[in-house]
Amino acid sequence: MPRLLGVELPAKKKIGYSLRYIYGIGPARADLIIATAGLDANMRASDLSEEQLNKILHVITDNKWVVEGDLRRDIAGNLKRLQAINCYRGIRHRRSLPVRGQRTSTNARTRKGPRKTVGVTKAKEAKA
Amino acid sequence: MARSIKKGFFVDYHLLEKIQKAASAGGARKPIQTWSRRSTITPEFVGHTISVHNGKAHIAVYITENMVGHKLGEFAPTRIFKAHGGMTRKEI
Repeated sequence: MPRLLGVELPAKKKIGYSLRYIYGIGPARADLIIATAGLDANMRASDLSEEQLNKILHVITDNKWVVEGDLRRDIAGNLKRLQAINCYRGIRHRRSLPVRGQRTSTNARTRKGPRKTVGVTKAKEAKA
Repeated sequence: MARSIKKGFFVDYHLLEKIQKAASAGGARKPIQTWSRRSTITPEFVGHTISVHNGKAHIAVYITENMVGHKLGEFAPTRIFKAHGGMTRKEI
């Protein structure tokens, strides 16, 4: 199991696919890496040599791609900023409701999570 | 679709005037009342308190550097967040 930037890369998959396990690298960037590093697209991740791994790493750093921890931190920082300045988008994030003006009367389950039934609790139950 | 950079930020002229007046007066800074929720916050706004109308009342917003590039309306919510299940809290 080759390692790249921490713990990464499922060995049995073709490199085009296994590179996508790096946070911040999707199909487009994976293809670009293979092209610029001059790798065989049908190669499996387990067959990558030390040299080739280095090449891949170079492609990532040369392009100044923000990946993994840095990218996660960037995103978290953006959310924090929105919430700190108390703007509409920040408030929506805080309440974990859709941010971009979608309807919430129905749907919006991705943001709201599984359905929770909220009924009116009777006074007796509330006191108990 | 983002606004063309060529045009620059959109700020309502009457608001811009108020800001410039307040900036030149300096000293005691009174909140600037405005209905112009559509105006973008530019660096000149920083440090001022702006009362943004939400359709019903003016909400005071102190502008910090982080807010530059947002619109004024983003800081004055127009809706009240209502939730069910509040009975328990009220009873106790």
